[in-house]
Amino acid sequence: MFDHGKIERNLGLMLVLTMFTISIGGLVEIVPLFFIKGTVEDVKTPEGIGMVRPYSPLEQRGRDIYIREGCYLCHSQMIRPFRDEALRYGHYSLAAESQYDHPFQWGSKRTGPDLARVGKKYSNEWQVQHLIAPRSMVPESVMPNYPWLLTTPLDTSDVADRMAALRMTGVPYSISKAEYDNNVKEFGADVAKQLHIPDAKKDLIEQAQSGNYDGDASNVTEMDALVAYLQVLGTMVDFGKLDNDSFVKFR
Amino acid sequence: MASVAIGSGEQYNYDVVRKFTIMALIWGAVGMLVGVFIASELAWPFLNFDIPYITFGRLRPVHTGAVIFGFGGSALFATSYYVVQRTCQTRLLSDGMASFTFWGWQAIIVLAALGDVMGYTQGREYAEMEWPIDLLIAVVWVAYAIVYIGTVMKRKEPHIYVANWFYLGFILATALLHIFNNLAIPVSLTQSYPLFAGAQDAMTQWWYGHNAVGFFLTAAFLGMMYYFVPKQAGRPIYSYRLSIVHFWALIFMYMWAGSHHLHWTAIPDWTSTLAATFSIMLLMPSWGGMINGIMTMSGAWDKLRTDPILRFMIVALSFYGMSTFEGPMMSLKDVNALSHYTDWTIGHVHSGALGWVAMITFGSLYHLLPKLWDTKMYSVKLINAHFWLATIGTLLYITAMWISGIMQGLMWRAYDDFGNLQYSFAESVAAMHPYYAMRALGGLVFLAGMVLMLFNCYMTIRQAKRVPAGGLAASAA
Repeated sequence: MFDHGKIERNLGLMLVLTMFTISIGGLVEIVPLFFIKGTVEDVKTPEGIGMVRPYSPLEQRGRDIYIREGCYLCHSQMIRPFRDEALRYGHYSLAAESQYDHPFQWGSKRTGPDLARVGKKYSNEWQVQHLIAPRSMVPESVMPNYPWLLTTPLDTSDVADRMAALRMTGVPYSISKAEYDNNVKEFGADVAKQLHIPDAKKDLIEQAQSGNYDGDASNVTEMDALVAYLQVLGTMVDFGKLDNDSFVKFR
Repeated sequence: MASVAIGSGEQYNYDVVRKFTIMALIWGAVGMLVGVFIASELAWPFLNFDIPYITFGRLRPVHTGAVIFGFGGSALFATSYYVVQRTCQTRLLSDGMASFTFWGWQAIIVLAALGDVMGYTQGREYAEMEWPIDLLIAVVWVAYAIVYIGTVMKRKEPHIYVANWFYLGFILATALLHIFNNLAIPVSLTQSYPLFAGAQDAMTQWWYGHNAVGFFLTAAFLGMMYYFVPKQAGRPIYSYRLSIVHFWALIFMYMWAGSHHLHWTAIPDWTSTLAATFSIMLLMPSWGGMINGIMTMSGAWDKLRTDPILRFMIVALSFYGMSTFEGPMMSLKDVNALSHYTDWTIGHVHSGALGWVAMITFGSLYHLLPKLWDTKMYSVKLINAHFWLATIGTLLYITAMWISGIMQGLMWRAYDDFGNLQYSFAESVAAMHPYYAMRALGGLVFLAGMVLMLFNCYMTIRQAKRVPAGGLAASAA
């Protein structure tokens, strides 16, 4: 007969057995996800260009602000494969669409609506006004006002450092010519230019001025960055160019 | 169990236990106050006052950090240091290191709150702290493990008491979860990017997030339960065999259940099916703990009539049983399709957090405090009032969230006669208002009880200092 007393009298044995017992679940469920290819879909245009790209410097800075303000605590970025969600938000989210998201922002609560495909749904003007005073656009809203975004200049001093850190985690931002050329092959020349770390600050300012997200082209504010980020959410994958049935095998 | 005279300051280190006890009470009040405030922000959004530092998005991690790690964490340090000394009949391994864990842990809570308010965050739920704080947590945790394990090593009893198994499991698991969930590449002192992305990051985060619940808020508090319930009831644990089976089953299964937070998302289907399966099975060891706790009352049920401390413990175990039934049910994919992303989840968390974690802590601390200061509680009537405020507050809170959660879920998927969506999202937000107000009220009632406790404990300690030590010792069991 098994005697549990042996474990109770032997601290070392108890610690080893406990460690073993608590390690199995994570090992079985998480570790394979890094090796099973089907975890993240390979979404390419018919020409072989990757549809999901890393964020541009401006978009990434906008994402930083999204995280800073804790938007993920009320907004999800993960559309589930249900009819009502398809009607309300669009095509269900693919794993590929957040493959460069460090951290992921799928969220766990919808106090406000899902934002996975909010990009291009509203104009820049709407987004700016809604962020400054949500209830002026949606009277029922309980979202806080974010007026300071429009008046706070965007800190661009460390954008290259941030991209370099993301590069270390595996996001294909380029430093060398070879990496840049690889990005041209992978994402096309226009995108590859945006992913080049040495030009990060220049690209950021260029995008902010040409996009004019906050309605004032003379400066780059936090509002520029956040709206640029919101406007790209869910827009990278063109489902019209893809065979919808091809995703079924991944889920 | 220990039968040594109370207040033997030389035999045991009660100093660090006292400090952690006081801070548990203070962080409880602070964390719940922030909770009531952010709940009110959702009901009356003008309360955000256009001030960046107090918006819902920045204060929510302050709330979760203060209640989980400040209140819960300090209470666990206090009770685990007390329990390990009493059940091993030996003093803590090192007073210096124990003291370091106290000051280190308090620094962590304060720094985390400041970081949240400033917007320095990793954007990971329940792990918002940036990497310098994470490193500090790791150092403090290692010191905690050394003190705890070292104390068990020099025990005078041959057997390790069951409460210590749970505390040990909690210490090991928390270390494991903390390290892997916080792997990140730093940019500056206040900014970093997590190593993992997308689906893998989601799995890691919810492996952490769910087991923060499973080990920090469950296993460890079961450790607390296994010491203080039998002590307060004056009865031995109901079943030794049950405690063995449910301990190993609980710590094994919890680790599989995390991805039920990711049902229907872009993770492989098999992971979420596995998680749901283990979540259902988890009902058994969870109820094993509840049954073992409640049945310990056999032969002492009459005490419930006169002892509000015991009442706290029994209601805590009842809420534990209820929320560990609700959890597996919500982990069913079909139920989850309705409940996920809604307030139902918030209600579920709080039936566990207020009903189980906070109430078992209240009961245990009311038992502990007079022993630490060698006196009697200042007022038993106030404990009783606290009990009712806590119970009513919890019920108001979870009822409000059940209604609003199920209503949200149903409104989002309602169709009109033409097959179009019946409600805009904004309409569902508007429909939540009365329940958000009711939730804030429930939180306020619960907070009022916490403030009563703070007052009662303050008066108890003050009275203890007036009466020379040993003056009221006869009252301590």
